[in-house]
Amino acid sequence: MNTGVQSPKGIWWKPAHKTERLWVIVAFVWCMVLFAMMPLWHIRGGQNPSGIRSRVEPEAFRARTEEFIRTYQVGTEQGIPVVEPPPGSDIYLSASMFSWRPVLRLQKDVQYTLHISSLDVNHGFSLYPLNINFQIVPGYDYGLRVTPTEAGDFRIICNEFCGIGHHLMLGKVVVVDGPTTALNTEAVAEEGVQ
Amino acid sequence: MNSSFRVCPTTGLKVHAQADALIKANAVAGTVTLLIGGIAAILVLLTRWQAVHLLSATWFYRVLTIHGMNMLIFFILFFEMAILYFASAVLLNSRVPAPRLAWFSFGLMVLGTVLVEWMMIAGKADVLFTSYVPLRADPLFYLGVILFAVGALLVVGIFFATLVVAKREKTYEGSMPLITFGATTAAIIAVITLGHGAAAYIPTFFWSMGWMNMDPQIYRLVWWGLGHSSQQINVAAMVSVWYLLGALTVGSVVINEKISRTAFVLYVLFISMASAHHLLVDPGMGPAWKVWNTSYAMYLAVLASMIHGFTVPAGIELGQRVRGLTKGLFEWLRKAPWGDPGFSALVFSVVVFGFVGGITGVTFGTEQINIIAHNTLRIPGHFHATVVSGTALAFMGLTYYVIPLVFRKEVAFWPLAKIQPYLFAIGMFIFSICMTFAGTFGVPRRHWDISFAQAPFDIQFSPAVDLLIGIMAIGGLLAALGGGIFILVTVWSVFFGKKLEAGSTRGVPPGILKPPSALPAGDADGGALLASRGTMVLVFVFLAAFVVYYFVNWKLLSFLWKIG
Repeated sequence: MNTGVQSPKGIWWKPAHKTERLWVIVAFVWCMVLFAMMPLWHIRGGQNPSGIRSRVEPEAFRARTEEFIRTYQVGTEQGIPVVEPPPGSDIYLSASMFSWRPVLRLQKDVQYTLHISSLDVNHGFSLYPLNINFQIVPGYDYGLRVTPTEAGDFRIICNEFCGIGHHLMLGKVVVVDGPTTALNTEAVAEEGVQ
Repeated sequence: MNSSFRVCPTTGLKVHAQADALIKANAVAGTVTLLIGGIAAILVLLTRWQAVHLLSATWFYRVLTIHGMNMLIFFILFFEMAILYFASAVLLNSRVPAPRLAWFSFGLMVLGTVLVEWMMIAGKADVLFTSYVPLRADPLFYLGVILFAVGALLVVGIFFATLVVAKREKTYEGSMPLITFGATTAAIIAVITLGHGAAAYIPTFFWSMGWMNMDPQIYRLVWWGLGHSSQQINVAAMVSVWYLLGALTVGSVVINEKISRTAFVLYVLFISMASAHHLLVDPGMGPAWKVWNTSYAMYLAVLASMIHGFTVPAGIELGQRVRGLTKGLFEWLRKAPWGDPGFSALVFSVVVFGFVGGITGVTFGTEQINIIAHNTLRIPGHFHATVVSGTALAFMGLTYYVIPLVFRKEVAFWPLAKIQPYLFAIGMFIFSICMTFAGTFGVPRRHWDISFAQAPFDIQFSPAVDLLIGIMAIGGLLAALGGGIFILVTVWSVFFGKKLEAGSTRGVPPGILKPPSALPAGDADGGALLASRGTMVLVFVFLAAFVVYYFVNWKLLSFLWKIG
């Protein structure tokens, strides 16, 4: 027997005692479970960070977002355009110091492809209060297929440090139950007037 | 040549004068940077505690940068350099080859540190610890990091040279001790890590000079080869210190050299896993890349830590049992030297690292679960349990032995030193648990104002968050008190402390005053004692906690919107 500060003498490559071997086996099996859960969730689970990923120049992404806003804008809130895209469409959200653009109005239980990218530095997409988080890297378009499963008023926190105004960067997503109506649209427009 | 050696009266080891001096210099530099990082820690804490909200936004991010760089790079690496000299030259009775180069490397590291500190305090590097491009700092900031890394890399080279010299000059018999082996794996990981550091910071330096372009995603990939691999150096060094403290305080046994050493090798082989799990919700990599690089299909680095999590307490248990503490499941633990700060630091380091840091880390590092953890307070909650309650606390425990063994001084304010690990560990435990839970509500990390008072929309976190952050602050202040006591005790002992003499009893850790009795010689394997029954109970409690936490997180994830 020796301690860890002493040099072991002779051959120390010896079989482990059975309790130690038992723990190694149990721990290894647990590690395999840890691994298996990831591919399994891709098959059976509903939340995966896969997305449709591609490179995009910040200028090109800015242009795409502005085009998207022009087509579907229904109002303005706090100076930020409010956009109500048709169900199932590709939607665009751009992050830049220190705002998220535009405000999105989505329908519950409809799948959208949400393209997010940054126009300047790294940002973090964090949907409050659900706690859904993604890294937003300039030069990369993260196209996530999202299906809102509950209606409500959500916020987008920036959770990657992006400069001294980082804490000002807060966006908004509204999810409505059922098809959006003209009434809703008017409400948004009025809010915009305020 | 013999004149430059002294024989340690406690351990009987031959200690080279240069090794002594280099360990002292690095320990002092480590303590100074710990003090700077610690002051920054208190300022950051008092700002995130919304009830106080001390600093302005600009100074908050600046001080947070200072906190991260000092704690995660300077303090910890200076300390690890000291451990490398100790584990090679001291434990192997060897001289330090190329002492001039060793001092030159130390000088480079100090110069790098000074440059970086200057840039940060001058407000020319408000980019946080990760300095993700295209956030831009002054070129001197990147240059400082490069100089520091080159210095550290040279010390690692000297460590390997010492191993060769010791072997050639036959300064020890048989295989190198387990602790030296563990430090060797830390050194190998350090080479990999510092290589990534060069690959990240040299181009970034050129970029900051306007000479080339940088891809932000590639930067994130390569930078994490530094950022997390360096934590793997910490793990390997910390586990070595666990074995070392076990040996010094209670004479713990290496149950099986093969198993413990193989586990260390797994850290080297599976190092890049840890780096990949920072990119799990990044747009640049696909699911196959993420799943594979998180685990290599087997999670063998996790297995390695789970093995050490068994062999370290089991070694203590067996060491105590062969010395007669054989009653029941836990007499070995009950009658352990709890008043020895080396021992209490060891136990808390193992427990908090494993139960809080390890379990949360592996869970958050799962591809899909990362969606509900990335960049929230759950992440700093995790790594304060690993690096602070784990690594830093183990290093603190070791320091109480380094003061008498290397500095030849009594430990000053001994009663304070005895309670220091308790204050620090309990404080840090509360701090990291509350931080992790606050993160579950989506509270972002690295954020000046989660009341979003000046933001365009309103947001109101659950009142539970205020409560958690309040308790977190109390835990943090308790830990800061523990950290302050640590610095007071070490600085006082080293610079103003009483010299250690043959008859000294005050301020000498029990493991030195009354060393554990020698182990039975030869191949006696302790027979039935090897069963380590107490440890078996403890590790299965750990596994149960792990399984529950892991699957609760899958359940939480399943409540979210559908995302794919």
